[in-house]
Amino acid sequence: MKDYLSKHAKVIPPSGIRKFFDIVSEMEDAISLGVGEPDFDTPWHIREEGIYSLEKGKTFYTSNSGMLELRQEIALYLNRKFNLDYDFKSEILVTVGGSEGIDLAFRALINPGDEVLIPEPSFVSYKPCAYLAGAKVVPIPLKEENNFRLTAQELETYITEKSKIIVLPFPNNPTGAVMEKEDLESISKIILKHDLIVLSDEIYAELTYGREHVSIATIDGMRERTIIINGFSKAYSMTGWRMGYAVGPSEVIHLMTKIHQYGIMCTPTTSQYAAIEALKNGDSDIGYMKRAYNQRRRFVLDSLGKMGLRCFEPLGAFYVFPSIQKTGLSSEDFAKQLLLEQKVAVVPGTAFGESGEGFIRCSYAYSIDDLKIALERIEAFVN
Amino acid sequence: MRNELLEIIQHNSKITTVDLAALLNSDEETIAQEITACEKEKIICGYHTLINWDKTNRDKVTALIEVQVTPQRGQGFDKIAERIYRFKEVTAVYLMSGGFDFTVIIEGKTIKEVALFVGQKLAPLESVNSTATHFVLKKYKDYGFILEKTKKDERMAVTP
Repeated sequence: MKDYLSKHAKVIPPSGIRKFFDIVSEMEDAISLGVGEPDFDTPWHIREEGIYSLEKGKTFYTSNSGMLELRQEIALYLNRKFNLDYDFKSEILVTVGGSEGIDLAFRALINPGDEVLIPEPSFVSYKPCAYLAGAKVVPIPLKEENNFRLTAQELETYITEKSKIIVLPFPNNPTGAVMEKEDLESISKIILKHDLIVLSDEIYAELTYGREHVSIATIDGMRERTIIINGFSKAYSMTGWRMGYAVGPSEVIHLMTKIHQYGIMCTPTTSQYAAIEALKNGDSDIGYMKRAYNQRRRFVLDSLGKMGLRCFEPLGAFYVFPSIQKTGLSSEDFAKQLLLEQKVAVVPGTAFGESGEGFIRCSYAYSIDDLKIALERIEAFVN
Repeated sequence: MRNELLEIIQHNSKITTVDLAALLNSDEETIAQEITACEKEKIICGYHTLINWDKTNRDKVTALIEVQVTPQRGQGFDKIAERIYRFKEVTAVYLMSGGFDFTVIIEGKTIKEVALFVGQKLAPLESVNSTATHFVLKKYKDYGFILEKTKKDERMAVTP
Protein backbone atom coordinates (compact mmCIF):
# COMPACT_ATOMS: atom_id res chain seq x y z
CA MET A 1 0.00 0.00 0.00
CA LYS A 2 1.29 3.41 -0.80
CA ASP A 3 1.76 5.98 1.93
CA TYR A 4 -1.76 7.26 2.23
CA LEU A 5 -1.29 9.61 5.17
CA SER A 6 -1.31 13.38 4.93
CA LYS A 7 2.21 14.73 4.75
CA HIS A 8 0.95 17.88 6.33
CA ALA A 9 -0.41 16.06 9.39
CA LYS A 10 2.55 13.72 9.64
CA VAL A 11 5.13 16.42 10.20
CA ILE A 12 3.45 17.75 13.33
CA PRO A 13 5.56 16.54 16.25
CA PRO A 14 3.66 14.59 18.92
CA SER A 15 3.02 16.46 22.17
CA GLY A 16 6.06 16.38 24.45
CA ILE A 17 3.74 15.70 27.32
CA ARG A 18 2.64 12.32 26.07
CA LYS A 19 5.98 10.64 26.88
CA PHE A 20 5.70 11.48 30.55
CA PHE A 21 2.13 10.42 30.69
CA ASP A 22 3.13 6.97 29.51
CA ILE A 23 5.83 6.58 32.15
CA VAL A 24 3.74 7.97 35.01
CA SER A 25 0.73 5.87 34.26
CA GLU A 26 2.78 2.70 34.69
CA MET A 27 4.36 3.84 37.93
CA GLU A 28 2.79 3.06 41.28
CA ASP A 29 2.65 5.73 44.00
CA ALA A 30 3.97 8.41 41.69
CA ILE A 31 2.81 11.90 42.52
CA SER A 32 2.02 14.08 39.60
CA LEU A 33 2.26 17.83 39.39
CA GLY A 34 1.78 17.47 35.68
CA VAL A 35 -1.92 18.01 35.36
CA GLY A 36 -3.21 20.99 33.44
CA GLU A 37 -6.69 20.97 34.91
CA PRO A 38 -8.33 21.92 38.20
CA ASP A 39 -8.59 19.35 40.98
CA PHE A 40 -12.00 20.49 42.19
CA ASP A 41 -15.09 18.61 41.15
CA THR A 42 -17.47 20.69 39.08
CA PRO A 43 -19.67 22.40 41.72
CA TRP A 44 -22.69 20.24 42.45
CA HIS A 45 -25.33 22.78 41.49
CA ILE A 46 -23.80 22.89 38.00
CA ARG A 47 -23.64 19.11 37.67
CA GLU A 48 -27.15 18.84 39.02
CA GLU A 49 -28.44 21.17 36.31
CA GLY A 50 -26.81 18.93 33.68
CA ILE A 51 -28.46 15.88 35.23
CA TYR A 52 -31.81 17.64 35.38
CA SER A 53 -31.60 18.58 31.71
CA LEU A 54 -31.10 14.91 30.88
CA GLU A 55 -34.06 13.94 33.03
CA LYS A 56 -36.20 16.43 31.18
CA GLY A 57 -35.13 14.86 27.91
CA LYS A 58 -33.06 17.79 26.68
CA THR A 59 -31.05 15.51 24.43
CA PHE A 60 -31.34 17.17 21.03
CA TYR A 61 -29.13 19.42 18.94
CA THR A 62 -29.14 23.09 19.78
CA SER A 63 -28.51 25.98 17.42
CA ASN A 64 -25.00 25.87 15.91
CA SER A 65 -23.82 28.91 17.80
CA GLY A 66 -25.09 27.55 21.12
CA MET A 67 -28.36 28.11 22.96
CA LEU A 68 -29.58 31.66 22.93
CA GLU A 69 -29.89 31.78 26.71
CA LEU A 70 -26.32 30.58 27.08
CA ARG A 71 -24.99 33.23 24.71
CA GLN A 72 -26.99 35.86 26.55
CA GLU A 73 -25.47 34.73 29.83
CA ILE A 74 -21.98 34.75 28.31
CA ALA A 75 -22.51 38.33 27.13
CA LEU A 76 -23.68 39.36 30.60
CA TYR A 77 -20.80 37.57 32.25
CA LEU A 78 -18.14 39.14 30.00
CA ASN A 79 -19.62 42.53 30.69
CA ARG A 80 -19.87 41.98 34.46
CA LYS A 81 -16.38 40.56 34.85
CA PHE A 82 -14.21 42.13 32.19
CA ASN A 83 -16.12 45.15 31.00
CA LEU A 84 -16.51 43.66 27.52
CA ASP A 85 -19.46 44.31 25.29
CA TYR A 86 -20.52 41.63 22.80
CA ASP A 87 -23.75 41.05 20.96
CA PHE A 88 -25.04 37.60 21.84
CA LYS A 89 -26.75 37.24 18.48
CA SER A 90 -23.79 37.79 16.19
CA GLU A 91 -20.57 38.01 18.14
CA ILE A 92 -20.51 34.88 20.31
CA LEU A 93 -19.91 31.27 19.32
CA VAL A 94 -20.07 28.41 21.83
CA THR A 95 -17.30 25.90 21.11
CA VAL A 96 -16.09 22.50 22.24
CA GLY A 97 -13.67 23.81 24.81
CA GLY A 98 -11.38 26.75 24.20
CA SER A 99 -9.34 24.46 21.94
CA GLU A 100 -11.96 24.32 19.21
CA GLY A 101 -12.18 28.11 19.29
CA ILE A 102 -8.44 28.36 18.71
CA ASP A 103 -8.61 25.96 15.78
CA LEU A 104 -11.63 27.72 14.25
CA ALA A 105 -10.12 31.16 14.59
CA PHE A 106 -6.98 30.09 12.70
CA ARG A 107 -9.01 28.39 10.00
CA ALA A 108 -11.26 31.40 9.58
CA LEU A 109 -8.37 33.86 9.34
CA ILE A 110 -5.40 32.25 7.67
CA ASN A 111 -4.51 32.26 4.01
CA PRO A 112 -1.54 30.18 2.87
CA GLY A 113 1.73 31.81 3.84
CA ASP A 114 0.30 34.12 6.50
CA GLU A 115 2.48 34.32 9.55
CA VAL A 116 1.20 33.68 13.03
CA LEU A 117 3.24 35.04 15.92
CA ILE A 118 3.15 32.79 18.96
CA PRO A 119 4.81 33.86 22.20
CA GLU A 120 6.46 30.90 23.91
CA PRO A 121 6.44 29.09 26.28
CA SER A 122 2.73 28.61 25.76
CA PHE A 123 -0.07 26.09 25.44
CA VAL A 124 0.71 23.26 23.05
CA SER A 125 -2.17 23.71 20.59
CA TYR A 126 -1.45 27.04 18.94
CA LYS A 127 1.46 25.92 16.81
CA PRO A 128 -0.05 22.79 15.26
CA CYS A 129 -3.47 24.40 14.75
CA ALA A 130 -1.96 27.41 13.02
CA TYR A 131 0.25 25.16 10.94
CA LEU A 132 -2.64 22.92 9.90
CA ALA A 133 -4.56 26.00 8.82
CA GLY A 134 -1.72 26.80 6.43
CA ALA A 135 0.18 29.42 8.39
CA LYS A 136 3.86 29.86 8.93
CA VAL A 137 4.42 29.79 12.66
CA VAL A 138 6.78 32.36 14.13
CA PRO A 139 7.57 31.72 17.80
CA ILE A 140 8.49 34.68 19.99
CA PRO A 141 10.64 33.44 22.86
CA LEU A 142 9.64 35.20 26.09
CA LYS A 143 12.15 35.89 28.82
CA GLU A 144 12.19 35.23 32.51
CA GLU A 145 13.74 38.66 33.10
CA ASN A 146 10.51 40.19 31.75
CA ASN A 147 8.45 37.88 33.95
CA PHE A 148 7.53 36.07 30.75
CA ARG A 149 5.45 39.01 29.54
CA LEU A 150 5.45 40.00 25.89
CA THR A 151 7.12 43.36 25.33
CA ALA A 152 6.46 45.71 22.44
CA GLN A 153 10.09 45.44 21.42
CA GLU A 154 10.02 41.65 21.30
CA LEU A 155 6.85 41.71 19.27
CA GLU A 156 8.17 44.18 16.75
CA THR A 157 11.38 42.19 16.25
CA TYR A 158 9.46 39.25 14.83
CA ILE A 159 6.99 41.11 12.64
CA THR A 160 7.37 40.81 8.86
CA GLU A 161 5.17 41.91 5.98
CA LYS A 162 3.43 38.58 6.17
CA SER A 163 2.57 38.76 9.85
CA LYS A 164 -1.15 38.48 10.36
CA ILE A 165 -2.06 37.14 13.79
CA ILE A 166 -0.53 37.53 17.20
CA VAL A 167 -1.59 34.94 19.74
CA LEU A 168 -1.87 36.39 23.22
CA PRO A 169 -1.87 33.53 25.73
CA PHE A 170 -2.33 35.31 29.06
CA PRO A 171 -2.73 34.42 31.90
CA ASN A 172 -0.24 31.93 30.63
CA ASN A 173 0.03 28.19 30.72
CA PRO A 174 2.77 27.12 31.58
CA THR A 175 4.45 30.15 33.13
CA GLY A 176 1.59 31.72 35.09
CA ALA A 177 2.56 35.11 33.65
CA VAL A 178 -0.07 37.82 33.19
CA MET A 179 -0.16 40.96 31.04
CA GLU A 180 -1.27 44.06 32.88
CA LYS A 181 -2.99 47.03 31.35
CA GLU A 182 0.22 48.96 30.65
CA ASP A 183 1.78 45.91 28.99
CA LEU A 184 -1.25 45.56 26.76
CA GLU A 185 -1.29 49.22 25.89
CA SER A 186 2.30 49.15 24.81
CA ILE A 187 1.93 46.11 22.54
CA SER A 188 -1.36 47.50 21.18
CA LYS A 189 0.53 50.33 19.53
CA ILE A 190 2.65 47.84 17.60
CA ILE A 191 -0.40 45.74 16.77
CA LEU A 192 -2.15 48.78 15.29
CA LYS A 193 0.93 49.96 13.49
CA HIS A 194 1.29 46.63 11.71
CA ASP A 195 -2.43 45.96 11.36
CA LEU A 196 -2.34 42.61 13.15
CA ILE A 197 -5.25 40.49 14.37
CA VAL A 198 -5.14 39.34 18.01
CA LEU A 199 -6.14 35.88 19.13
CA SER A 200 -6.39 36.40 22.87
CA ASP A 201 -6.67 33.14 24.79
CA GLU A 202 -8.20 34.21 28.09
CA ILE A 203 -9.18 30.81 29.41
CA TYR A 204 -7.41 31.54 32.73
CA ALA A 205 -8.88 35.05 33.03
CA GLU A 206 -10.63 34.24 36.31
CA LEU A 207 -7.46 32.95 37.91
CA THR A 208 -5.35 36.01 38.58
CA TYR A 209 -3.98 36.85 41.99
CA GLY A 210 -3.95 40.26 43.56
CA ARG A 211 -5.13 41.96 40.36
CA GLU A 212 -8.00 41.65 37.95
CA HIS A 213 -7.50 40.32 34.46
CA VAL A 214 -7.59 42.95 31.73
CA SER A 215 -8.68 41.89 28.26
CA ILE A 216 -6.83 43.43 25.35
CA ALA A 217 -10.21 44.03 23.68
CA THR A 218 -10.82 46.81 26.22
CA ILE A 219 -7.80 48.78 24.93
CA ASP A 220 -8.56 51.48 22.35
CA GLY A 221 -8.71 50.23 18.79
CA MET A 222 -8.35 46.57 19.76
CA ARG A 223 -11.91 45.29 19.94
CA GLU A 224 -12.44 45.21 16.17
CA ARG A 225 -9.24 43.21 15.66
CA THR A 226 -9.45 40.82 18.59
CA ILE A 227 -10.93 37.37 18.96
CA ILE A 228 -11.20 36.26 22.55
CA ILE A 229 -11.16 32.61 23.50
CA ASN A 230 -12.60 31.72 26.88
CA GLY A 231 -14.47 28.85 28.47
CA PHE A 232 -15.68 27.00 31.51
CA SER A 233 -12.88 24.49 32.06
CA LYS A 234 -10.61 26.45 34.34
CA ALA A 235 -12.96 28.94 35.96
CA TYR A 236 -15.66 26.47 36.93
CA SER A 237 -13.57 23.31 36.98
CA MET A 238 -15.48 21.87 34.02
CA THR A 239 -12.74 20.43 31.81
CA GLY A 240 -14.56 17.23 30.87
CA TRP A 241 -17.70 19.08 29.83
CA ARG A 242 -15.81 20.55 26.87
CA MET A 243 -17.37 23.98 26.93
CA GLY A 244 -15.73 27.09 25.60
CA TYR A 245 -16.61 30.09 23.53
CA ALA A 246 -15.13 32.59 21.12
CA VAL A 247 -16.21 36.21 20.90
CA GLY A 248 -15.18 38.80 18.37
CA PRO A 249 -16.27 40.90 15.43
CA SER A 250 -19.34 39.44 13.71
CA GLU A 251 -17.62 38.80 10.36
CA VAL A 252 -15.06 36.45 11.85
CA ILE A 253 -17.52 34.83 14.28
CA HIS A 254 -19.77 34.25 11.28
CA LEU A 255 -16.99 32.41 9.42
CA MET A 256 -16.00 30.44 12.50
CA THR A 257 -19.63 29.45 13.00
CA LYS A 258 -19.78 28.18 9.43
CA ILE A 259 -16.77 25.90 9.96
CA HIS A 260 -18.10 24.83 13.37
CA GLN A 261 -21.47 24.04 11.81
CA TYR A 262 -19.94 21.55 9.37
CA GLY A 263 -17.32 20.10 11.69
CA ILE A 264 -19.09 19.95 15.02
CA MET A 265 -22.74 20.93 14.58
CA CYS A 266 -23.14 22.13 18.16
CA THR A 267 -21.60 21.59 21.59
CA PRO A 268 -23.16 18.93 23.83
CA THR A 269 -26.60 20.02 24.97
CA THR A 270 -26.16 18.74 28.53
CA SER A 271 -22.99 20.78 28.87
CA GLN A 272 -24.76 23.89 27.63
CA TYR A 273 -27.43 23.61 30.32
CA ALA A 274 -24.78 23.13 32.96
CA ALA A 275 -22.87 26.12 31.61
CA ILE A 276 -25.92 28.38 31.92
CA GLU A 277 -26.18 27.46 35.58
CA ALA A 278 -22.45 28.10 36.03
CA LEU A 279 -22.75 31.61 34.63
CA LYS A 280 -25.90 32.41 36.57
CA ASN A 281 -24.91 31.11 39.97
CA GLY A 282 -21.24 30.21 39.89
CA ASP A 283 -19.47 33.39 40.95
CA SER A 284 -19.02 32.23 44.52
CA ASP A 285 -17.56 28.91 43.37
CA ILE A 286 -14.90 30.78 41.45
CA GLY A 287 -14.12 32.86 44.52
CA TYR A 288 -13.72 29.76 46.65
CA MET A 289 -11.47 27.95 44.19
CA LYS A 290 -9.42 31.04 43.52
CA ARG A 291 -8.70 31.49 47.23
CA ALA A 292 -7.57 27.90 47.45
CA TYR A 293 -5.30 28.25 44.40
CA ASN A 294 -3.82 31.41 45.78
CA GLN A 295 -2.96 29.73 49.08
CA ARG A 296 -1.35 26.85 47.25
CA ARG A 297 0.50 29.23 44.97
CA ARG A 298 2.06 30.97 47.95
CA PHE A 299 2.81 27.65 49.59
CA VAL A 300 4.58 26.28 46.51
CA LEU A 301 6.54 29.49 45.94
CA ASP A 302 7.60 29.46 49.57
CA SER A 303 8.78 25.83 49.34
CA LEU A 304 10.64 26.39 46.06
CA GLY A 305 12.35 29.40 47.60
CA LYS A 306 13.40 27.37 50.62
CA MET A 307 14.94 24.65 48.47
CA GLY A 308 16.77 27.25 46.42
CA LEU A 309 14.96 26.90 43.09
CA ARG A 310 14.56 30.32 41.53
CA CYS A 311 11.02 31.07 40.47
CA PHE A 312 9.49 34.34 39.31
CA GLU A 313 6.16 35.05 40.94
CA PRO A 314 3.37 33.81 38.69
CA LEU A 315 0.28 36.01 39.00
CA GLY A 316 -2.17 33.88 37.07
CA ALA A 317 -3.37 30.37 36.16
CA PHE A 318 -2.33 27.51 38.46
CA TYR A 319 1.25 26.84 37.49
CA VAL A 320 4.68 27.74 38.71
CA PHE A 321 7.58 27.72 36.30
CA PRO A 322 10.78 27.44 38.31
CA SER A 323 14.22 27.56 36.77
CA ILE A 324 16.19 24.34 37.11
CA GLN A 325 19.31 25.72 35.43
CA LYS A 326 21.36 25.48 38.60
CA THR A 327 21.10 21.69 38.51
CA GLY A 328 22.94 21.67 35.19
CA LEU A 329 20.31 19.35 33.73
CA SER A 330 18.16 20.00 30.70
CA SER A 331 14.44 20.37 31.36
CA GLU A 332 13.73 17.00 29.91
CA ASP A 333 16.49 15.21 31.82
CA PHE A 334 15.41 16.92 35.02
CA ALA A 335 11.83 15.80 34.54
CA LYS A 336 12.84 12.26 33.61
CA GLN A 337 15.26 11.79 36.48
CA LEU A 338 12.89 13.36 38.97
CA LEU A 339 10.24 10.93 37.89
CA LEU A 340 12.48 7.89 38.03
CA GLU A 341 14.29 8.78 41.25
CA GLN A 342 11.61 10.51 43.29
CA LYS A 343 8.44 9.53 41.46
CA VAL A 344 7.25 13.05 40.93
CA ALA A 345 5.91 14.01 37.52
CA VAL A 346 6.41 17.54 36.25
CA VAL A 347 6.37 18.76 32.68
CA PRO A 348 9.62 19.96 31.08
CA GLY A 349 9.43 23.57 29.96
CA THR A 350 10.46 22.55 26.46
CA ALA A 351 7.06 20.87 25.97
CA PHE A 352 5.76 24.43 25.61
CA GLY A 353 8.37 25.72 23.20
CA GLU A 354 12.14 25.83 22.96
CA SER A 355 12.36 28.88 25.17
CA GLY A 356 11.04 26.71 28.00
CA GLU A 357 14.50 25.12 28.23
CA GLY A 358 15.86 25.44 31.75
CA PHE A 359 12.42 25.45 33.34
CA ILE A 360 9.81 22.97 34.49
CA ARG A 361 6.09 23.41 34.86
CA CYS A 362 4.56 22.37 38.17
CA SER A 363 0.82 22.60 38.55
CA TYR A 364 -0.53 23.49 41.97
CA ALA A 365 -4.02 22.24 41.27
CA TYR A 366 -3.51 19.69 44.05
CA SER A 367 -4.32 19.44 47.73
CA ILE A 368 -1.82 20.92 50.12
CA ASP A 369 -1.03 17.43 51.42
CA ASP A 370 -0.11 16.21 47.95
CA LEU A 371 1.85 19.35 47.19
CA LYS A 372 3.78 18.92 50.40
CA ILE A 373 4.87 15.38 49.59
CA ALA A 374 5.74 16.31 46.01
CA LEU A 375 7.78 19.32 47.07
CA GLU A 376 9.66 17.33 49.69
CA ARG A 377 10.62 14.85 47.01
CA ILE A 378 11.66 17.59 44.61
CA GLU A 379 13.80 19.07 47.35
CA ALA A 380 15.44 15.69 47.99
CA PHE A 381 16.13 15.42 44.28
CA VAL A 382 17.55 18.91 43.88
CA ASN A 383 19.82 18.74 46.91
CA MET B 1 -6.22 37.71 56.42
CA ARG B 2 -8.18 36.73 59.53
CA ASN B 3 -11.15 35.29 57.67
CA GLU B 4 -8.94 33.35 55.32
CA LEU B 5 -6.97 31.98 58.27
CA LEU B 6 -10.18 30.95 60.03
CA GLU B 7 -11.49 29.31 56.88
CA ILE B 8 -8.38 27.15 56.63
CA ILE B 9 -8.27 26.03 60.25
CA GLN B 10 -11.98 25.40 60.32
CA HIS B 11 -11.29 22.57 57.90
CA ASN B 12 -7.95 21.52 59.30
CA SER B 13 -7.14 22.56 62.83
CA LYS B 14 -4.03 20.35 62.78
CA ILE B 15 -2.26 22.55 60.25
CA THR B 16 1.00 24.00 61.56
CA THR B 17 1.78 27.69 61.85
CA VAL B 18 4.68 27.12 59.43
CA ASP B 19 2.28 25.92 56.75
CA LEU B 20 -0.23 28.63 57.54
CA ALA B 21 2.44 31.26 57.15
CA ALA B 22 3.30 29.92 53.69
CA LEU B 23 -0.33 29.65 52.61
CA LEU B 24 -1.14 33.17 53.71
CA ASN B 25 2.11 34.81 52.73
CA SER B 26 2.82 35.77 56.32
CA ASP B 27 5.22 34.74 59.07
CA GLU B 28 4.81 32.26 61.88
CA GLU B 29 4.80 34.84 64.61
CA THR B 30 2.00 36.88 63.05
CA ILE B 31 -0.04 33.74 62.52
CA ALA B 32 0.46 32.59 66.12
CA GLN B 33 -0.55 36.03 67.41
CA GLU B 34 -3.63 36.08 65.23
CA ILE B 35 -4.71 32.66 66.47
CA THR B 36 -4.19 33.65 70.09
CA ALA B 37 -6.19 36.83 69.52
CA CYS B 38 -9.04 34.83 67.96
CA GLU B 39 -9.00 32.45 70.91
CA LYS B 40 -9.16 35.32 73.39
CA GLU B 41 -11.98 36.99 71.51
CA LYS B 42 -13.84 33.67 71.47
CA ILE B 43 -13.89 33.69 67.69
CA ILE B 44 -12.06 30.40 67.93
CA CYS B 45 -14.11 28.61 70.57
CA GLY B 46 -12.38 25.27 70.58
CA TYR B 47 -10.71 22.61 68.48
CA HIS B 48 -12.99 19.84 67.48
CA THR B 49 -12.22 16.54 65.81
CA LEU B 50 -14.82 15.06 63.54
CA ILE B 51 -15.17 11.39 64.41
CA ASN B 52 -17.39 8.87 62.73
CA TRP B 53 -18.33 6.86 65.82
CA ASP B 54 -20.26 4.41 63.68
CA LYS B 55 -16.93 2.96 62.67
CA THR B 56 -15.89 2.27 66.25
CA ASN B 57 -17.30 -0.24 68.71
CA ARG B 58 -18.75 2.50 70.86
CA ASP B 59 -22.53 2.83 70.81
CA LYS B 60 -23.70 6.33 70.24
CA VAL B 61 -27.12 7.76 69.56
CA THR B 62 -27.80 11.27 68.34
CA ALA B 63 -31.20 12.88 68.59
CA LEU B 64 -32.54 16.17 67.37
CA ILE B 65 -35.28 17.55 69.57
CA GLU B 66 -37.68 20.30 68.64
CA VAL B 67 -38.59 22.18 71.79
CA GLN B 68 -41.38 24.67 72.28
CA VAL B 69 -41.10 26.92 75.29
CA THR B 70 -42.76 29.88 76.94
CA PRO B 71 -40.24 32.69 77.23
CA GLN B 72 -39.97 34.11 80.72
CA ARG B 73 -40.73 37.69 81.42
CA GLY B 74 -37.61 39.84 81.37
CA GLN B 75 -35.34 36.95 80.45
CA GLY B 76 -36.47 36.01 76.95
CA PHE B 77 -35.14 32.77 75.55
CA ASP B 78 -31.58 33.02 76.80
CA LYS B 79 -32.30 31.92 80.33
CA ILE B 80 -34.23 28.87 79.20
CA ALA B 81 -31.55 28.04 76.67
CA GLU B 82 -29.02 28.09 79.47
CA ARG B 83 -31.11 25.74 81.58
CA ILE B 84 -31.02 23.37 78.65
CA TYR B 85 -27.46 23.70 77.36
CA ARG B 86 -25.91 23.16 80.78
CA PHE B 87 -26.80 19.47 80.68
CA LYS B 88 -23.76 17.54 79.56
CA GLU B 89 -25.90 15.31 77.32
CA VAL B 90 -26.77 18.33 75.23
CA THR B 91 -24.23 18.97 72.48
CA ALA B 92 -25.95 21.86 70.70
CA VAL B 93 -28.78 24.29 71.24
CA TYR B 94 -30.05 26.67 68.57
CA LEU B 95 -32.81 29.25 68.80
CA MET B 96 -35.00 28.80 65.74
CA SER B 97 -37.45 30.76 63.67
CA GLY B 98 -40.63 29.01 62.61
CA GLY B 99 -42.82 26.37 64.21
CA PHE B 100 -40.78 25.69 67.34
CA ASP B 101 -38.26 27.54 69.47
CA PHE B 102 -35.16 25.45 70.11
CA THR B 103 -33.34 22.73 68.28
CA VAL B 104 -31.58 20.69 70.91
CA ILE B 105 -29.09 18.05 69.88
CA ILE B 106 -28.48 15.29 72.36
CA GLU B 107 -26.01 12.45 72.37
CA GLY B 108 -26.36 9.33 74.44
CA LYS B 109 -25.28 5.71 74.48
CA THR B 110 -28.67 4.23 73.75
CA ILE B 111 -32.08 5.33 72.57
CA LYS B 112 -33.35 4.56 76.03
CA GLU B 113 -30.82 6.84 77.64
CA VAL B 114 -31.80 9.72 75.35
CA ALA B 115 -35.51 9.06 75.86
CA LEU B 116 -35.03 9.08 79.61
CA PHE B 117 -33.16 12.35 79.44
CA VAL B 118 -35.92 13.96 77.42
CA GLY B 119 -38.66 12.54 79.63
CA GLN B 120 -37.02 13.21 82.97
CA LYS B 121 -34.89 16.31 82.45
CA LEU B 122 -35.92 18.28 79.41
CA ALA B 123 -39.70 17.95 79.13
CA PRO B 124 -40.39 18.63 82.82
CA LEU B 125 -38.60 22.01 82.73
CA GLU B 126 -41.09 24.66 83.77
CA SER B 127 -40.95 26.72 80.57
CA VAL B 128 -40.94 23.77 78.18
CA ASN B 129 -44.33 23.26 76.57
CA SER B 130 -43.60 20.38 74.28
CA THR B 131 -40.83 18.30 72.73
CA ALA B 132 -40.58 16.22 69.59
CA THR B 133 -37.64 13.83 69.43
CA HIS B 134 -36.08 12.67 66.15
CA PHE B 135 -33.33 10.08 66.23
CA VAL B 136 -30.53 10.23 63.69
CA LEU B 137 -30.32 6.97 61.78
CA LYS B 138 -27.25 7.64 59.69
CA LYS B 139 -24.92 10.55 59.21
CA TYR B 140 -23.84 11.20 55.62
CA LYS B 141 -22.23 14.55 55.96
CA ASP B 142 -21.23 16.48 59.06
CA TYR B 143 -19.52 19.83 59.46
CA GLY B 144 -19.03 20.01 55.70
CA PHE B 145 -17.31 16.65 55.44
CA ILE B 146 -18.75 13.69 53.60
CA LEU B 147 -18.21 10.87 56.08
CA GLU B 148 -17.91 7.77 53.94
CA LYS B 149 -16.34 8.61 50.64
CA THR B 150 -12.67 9.17 50.12
CA LYS B 151 -12.04 11.18 47.02
CA LYS B 152 -9.89 9.66 44.32
CA ASP B 153 -8.07 11.84 41.81
CA GLU B 154 -9.74 10.92 38.53
CA ARG B 155 -7.56 13.13 36.38
CA MET B 156 -5.01 11.76 33.94
CA ALA B 157 -1.53 12.08 35.38
CA VAL B 158 -0.12 14.49 32.84
CA THR B 159 -2.11 16.82 30.60
CA PRO B 160 -1.27 19.99 28.72
